[in-house]
Amino acid sequence: MNIHAIRVIYKYEMKRAFKTIAQSFASPVISTVLYFVVFGTAIGSRIDAIDNVSYGLFIVPGLVMLTVLSQSLANASFGIYFPRFTGQIYEVLSAPVSFVEIVTGYVGAAATKSFLIALIILATASFFVEMRIDHPFLMLAFLILTCISFSLFGFIIGLWASDFEKLQIIPLLVITPLVFLGGTFYTIEMLPPVWQTISLFNPVVYLVSGFRWSFFEVSDVSVGLSLSMVLLFLLICLLIIGWMFKTGYRLKQ
Amino acid sequence: MSSIVSISNLSKTYEGGFQALKNVSLDIQRGEILALLGPNGAGKTTLISIICGIVNPSQGTVSVDGCDIIKDYRLTRERIGLVPQELTLGAFESVWDTFCFSRGLFGKKPNPQYLEQLLKDLSLWEKRNEMIMNLSGGMKRRVLIGKALAHEPMILFLDEPTAGVDVELRKDMWAQVERLRKAGVTIILTTHYIEEAEAIADRVGVINQGELLVVDDKLALMHKLGKRQLMIELESSIGSMPEALAGFKLEIGTEGDQLTYTYDPHKANTGIDELLKALTGAGLVIKDLHSVKTSLEEIFVNLVKANGRSAA
Repeated sequence: MNIHAIRVIYKYEMKRAFKTIAQSFASPVISTVLYFVVFGTAIGSRIDAIDNVSYGLFIVPGLVMLTVLSQSLANASFGIYFPRFTGQIYEVLSAPVSFVEIVTGYVGAAATKSFLIALIILATASFFVEMRIDHPFLMLAFLILTCISFSLFGFIIGLWASDFEKLQIIPLLVITPLVFLGGTFYTIEMLPPVWQTISLFNPVVYLVSGFRWSFFEVSDVSVGLSLSMVLLFLLICLLIIGWMFKTGYRLKQ
Repeated sequence: MSSIVSISNLSKTYEGGFQALKNVSLDIQRGEILALLGPNGAGKTTLISIICGIVNPSQGTVSVDGCDIIKDYRLTRERIGLVPQELTLGAFESVWDTFCFSRGLFGKKPNPQYLEQLLKDLSLWEKRNEMIMNLSGGMKRRVLIGKALAHEPMILFLDEPTAGVDVELRKDMWAQVERLRKAGVTIILTTHYIEEAEAIADRVGVINQGELLVVDDKLALMHKLGKRQLMIELESSIGSMPEALAGFKLEIGTEGDQLTYTYDPHKANTGIDELLKALTGAGLVIKDLHSVKTSLEEIFVNLVKANGRSAA
């Protein structure tokens, strides 16, 4: 195991985040504050409590997931796409590192950044609502698994993308709609029956539902199913990345 | 000398069907400087990229220090340093950070003393805290060399290292190459500056259209393929070749007052004696004469031309 390689890739990526601290950390915090002001306070004050949970508190897990998913994708995809774009990737490809070490370095850093942002958002949210986390360890487990699995997905996008447009297209056109329709701001029980069924095909529903259950024991689907779906998604991402490195897809000609 | 890189029947065909390498076999000796010459698109960079692990081969095998580049990639890659052709560097990191990154990436523990000496050898020590984007092109080229040396490799590939580099920096680079050779590093370089290959390489390989046309000791190559020319300057111009000189395959200069006689210096009879007699017999007065040997560049051009003709 090339521990030194993992260390330097991780450090390099983390340093990049701290160099652009406003973009990396302040921006998601400001967005979250705005969501709380608009949805939590302005609109939320007119919405009834859901399963005895005030609307402001109800949207906290969804908001954390919304930011974690988008940040994980953005950080991991950019982290690997940029060296491909500039040609710096030659150094990683010619180094004595396995794909597991490369992925650990890049994805580990992207997931760490998302995790830190999630903690900052939770801290920010506690200024607006009285925070309640019934199952803190499960909450952390969900959070970490989501950070890792979506960073892996972002890494795949970063390897697949052949230009900056493609780098943005999946997060914008696929992930953002899925997140907004995945129960971030509502429970799917609020939807008509047909849309409830359609929502079950949205993987984000399982993430938000399981994560929300760890806060208030309120969920759309069972927590076991949520956890299984996250693990399945993580496994699929790992298999795809393994295949990409084995075949040299978009990396080696 | 024993072989440190052994390439056997290596071929590479890219997805679009372009065959960049055709059955290349080559042994690179430990501690030597091998210059790979070839026109653009000849396959030099593909060959280097395969050895370094950046491009997958289509066929054939490569071993480095006795280890296969695919099965034992960790062992082979930690022995190799690569200076790429393009200035592929991050813009926003410092010189020191990028050196530390390269060393760690190749599995080496941090060693600030070694990196400090390396920076000093490359005249980069004063720039260690500078962001790469603020460096000149020549400085960036030095940074690339330093990054390739940060993990103390035993083999260094330099892919067109002096392209677009000014004369002073070029001299510095070759001085660094000489230091590395003395330290026992095997160096493989590709260059368009053939006079540099002639000056510093031990062996020269000529590659064209994916084929390795020749690899030989530089002096042996020049000995085998090199020709000499006798330049004869006449007292007065001649309009056409006198009949008495027709059998000598002489070339007349544009002014008509210079004749060029090409001969093989290794032959027992070079024909010079007969030529001089024939010149006197033809009534021509010699003002001056001197001989020149074929440069490596001419040998290279002739080989590539001959290969192009045979391929056509």
